[in-house]
Amino acid sequence: MTTLTLSQVTKTYASVRALADVSMTVGRGERVALLGHNGAGKSTMMKIILGLTPADGGELSILGARPGSQAARAATAYLPENVAFHPALTGLEQMAYYLRLRGENRNRASALLARVGLGAEAQSRRIGTYSKGMRQRVGLAQALIGKPRLLVLDEPTSGLDPVSRRELYEIIDDLASDGAAILLSSHALTEVEARTDRIAILSKGVLVANDTLASLRNKAALPLKLQILARPDAADEVARRLAGTRTNGARIDIVCRYDEKLIRLGEIAQMRELIEDLEVVPPSLEDIYAHFSQRGAA
Amino acid sequence: MNRIFAQAAAEFRIALRNRWVAIAVVMMALFSLVLSAAGTSPSGQLGVDKLSVTVASLTSLAVYLVPLVALLMAFDAVAGEVERGTLPLMLTYPISRAQILGGKLLAHVAILALALAVGYGLAGAAALVLDQQAARGLPALLRLFATSLLLGATFLGIGYMISGLARRPGAAAGLAMGLWLVLIVLYDLSLLAAVVSDRGGTFTTRVFPWLILANPADAFRMYNLAASEATAAAAGIGGAAGKIPPAYALASIGLWPFVAFALAIGALRRLVP
Repeated sequence: MTTLTLSQVTKTYASVRALADVSMTVGRGERVALLGHNGAGKSTMMKIILGLTPADGGELSILGARPGSQAARAATAYLPENVAFHPALTGLEQMAYYLRLRGENRNRASALLARVGLGAEAQSRRIGTYSKGMRQRVGLAQALIGKPRLLVLDEPTSGLDPVSRRELYEIIDDLASDGAAILLSSHALTEVEARTDRIAILSKGVLVANDTLASLRNKAALPLKLQILARPDAADEVARRLAGTRTNGARIDIVCRYDEKLIRLGEIAQMRELIEDLEVVPPSLEDIYAHFSQRGAA
Repeated sequence: MNRIFAQAAAEFRIALRNRWVAIAVVMMALFSLVLSAAGTSPSGQLGVDKLSVTVASLTSLAVYLVPLVALLMAFDAVAGEVERGTLPLMLTYPISRAQILGGKLLAHVAILALALAVGYGLAGAAALVLDQQAARGLPALLRLFATSLLLGATFLGIGYMISGLARRPGAAAGLAMGLWLVLIVLYDLSLLAAVVSDRGGTFTTRVFPWLILANPADAFRMYNLAASEATAAAAGIGGAAGKIPPAYALASIGLWPFVAFALAIGALRRLVP
């Protein structure tokens, strides 16, 4: 069963098209990364899912309910980008407030804050004294209240150090294995690579990709690079015979199409007496991301 | 209901931390004591107890001070959440916009009640100590307390509305002060000018009483001065509008908080975070 369904969702601000015919789903226990440049429509899409702003056209459903409805809000947790709280309240007081809004026991505040790594001392300090990373942790803690069925996380790792990022993804994994659907946005494909099941890329309001990373890699069929290290004095000959580019004294680079890879490797293998070493460099995640986002922009 | 209380508890705690509770209480206490001290000088009026005189002076004070304190507490209510960036997250919780404002109103009315109880309590106690007859003025003091709360609730609602429309605390503060000036000061001045130039014509007899009733602050002053026996202490507008039945004034005071709160909810509903 799908937890979140968007079909042909459209949103226009003044004359700017923020979202155009976006259709996608997020299922139970699925972790989906939403990627795109600034202004690609990620935040707009999240705001529409959360019911903060209405869509101009299309259908949305969260467990069968309309976004922004009481049922949808009760099932959804949100972590805003650069999450903010009232500086005069302590972490505990702020969490107690959120717990009460969800009809939960406020005594759970301390345990939830501890789960995201905020100790007893920090919990009873005012949020005004917190670092950005600590505020982000409070933001994550409030998103864990009441077993949400859908989590919408806007740049959840911004401002977190590498260790905290790993902890964050561990919590996300726990929630997903509990059956929560997770939609998280990010700038960086490298970061979400190992941590999400599917990747959706928005470009100028258009959903230009929505698949697993492996499929995206195949679909993009980007050229790969062969880096050859020639034996001393053989570099010129290798470069000439393979039509490659000399990059320094002994190195030759060959850019080769995805479907030519084996043919080119065969050619190189025939010249093995002239060659010291060979490295195959697949297209980077950034290349794949750029490929899809540019295709949408074209 | 539990959500409204959660919101109110958080608001009250924030106001406590920001010293708003202390400021409101100290301000009301100071002004009340100063007025009581001024009222202890022999006035030469016969048949009027000290407390009734105090109530008349407190009424003139409350007309200015209660709306001011209410607007000062309210102008940041929505615009502050917008500026801090706390509003979007709050709105994704299962709490309605009306419940958010209801919680804020509950907390702010409680603070106002505390400040008024301390201020009026001190003034009342001072009058009772100095004059055995002062107990006769107690009903007037209680009426003053209740209507002051309603007046405060009205201006809290107006403040929330301004806060929701302005979206920025600076702009909201400016608008709130401008509105205070217009409703509390300029409104009366322009009415007085109109009455004087009308020389008892149809404006004075037909239109003027309704204009007095339409303004919550004027209705408040009218009601308390007419209801207390110390109308002699009343001046200006209060004297000029002496013919308006107190029940009408009371109805205006009682209706305004609902109108203002409805306007505030309307302003918050329009806001797209």
